[in-house]
Amino acid sequence: MKSFTGQALRWEWRDGVIELTLDRAPANEIGSLMLDELEDFVEFARQLASETSACVITSAQKSGFCAGADLRELYHRSAALDPALRNESIREFLERIHATMNWLDEAPFVTIAAVHGVCFGGGLELALVCDVLIADKMARFAFPELRLGLIPGFGGIPRLKRDLGNGFVRDLLLSGRSVNAARAQAVGLVAQLAAEGQALKIARATAAQVAKFDATARAAAKKFIKPIPHEELRHEIEVFCDLFTRPAVMAALKKFVENTGPMPHQP
Amino acid sequence: MPTLENTTQEVLTLAEQHFRLAPGSLSPSDDFFKKLGIDSLQTLELLSRLENHFNIELPDYEVQGVSDFKTLAERIQSRL
Repeated sequence: MKSFTGQALRWEWRDGVIELTLDRAPANEIGSLMLDELEDFVEFARQLASETSACVITSAQKSGFCAGADLRELYHRSAALDPALRNESIREFLERIHATMNWLDEAPFVTIAAVHGVCFGGGLELALVCDVLIADKMARFAFPELRLGLIPGFGGIPRLKRDLGNGFVRDLLLSGRSVNAARAQAVGLVAQLAAEGQALKIARATAAQVAKFDATARAAAKKFIKPIPHEELRHEIEVFCDLFTRPAVMAALKKFVENTGPMPHQP
Repeated sequence: MPTLENTTQEVLTLAEQHFRLAPGSLSPSDDFFKKLGIDSLQTLELLSRLENHFNIELPDYEVQGVSDFKTLAERIQSRL
């Protein structure tokens, strides 16, 4: 067994299965620390790829899988920078997160997201790189980025377009509403529904099942059915950076940071 | 289709069970944010609980600004 425990996540490799557990309060927000450790994880997974059949990504936080990008860090870091340098800073972050997400998306083993609670924004983008999404029936999914004057920036739209019908993609993105696990399964986002508190157990059973198949055939099948939309992912970074330079975005981030209401993901 | 009174009562019962309160401790006019002291994540949990129970979808923007059980029940009623 090999294992690591960081400040934002931990992982364990046992008998060809990696379990990556996000664990940073309050809701596994993806900021610089989480990204640093995800990059370290990818390096670890890359080294063990030939001996690995599956990877389960889960969360130890009660609040859910992941609430998305760390908007508080993004706001404070951006506010401290000269406006001319903000774009450069956000682009560097996006390049790094895209490299991480892209590797996970095309990893030669099977990736399984075990989702409960909130799975919003960057958290949904992380779930979308996984091959199989297993959701607790209390899980909720959303892309609330438009309330900030932005689009999802971690590869969300290209991957959502790859996997789902455009009508649902438009509804999710343009309304910013959150949808429950049953709806997410009905549209094909979620592969398997789990009873409350059972998503990880089902994800582990699925990982054990995929381990029974031939590794070469498994990798070939994945490559065949799950193309990486590289061109659109590059385009997404450009659109995001163009939008990010507008003063309205900083104003919306400030409003979010100061919001103490019951639905901060809504405008 | 159930009446609004029935739906309101179901919402109250569901909220009492979800937040582990004694039966009858909530009333239709209660402000659930004040009465239950719930945060944004608990609000989403309640939303999921209601959607699963009534087998409906209740978009966030339809319940945004709603703070009492009776109005919440009206929003649900319009989706039944």
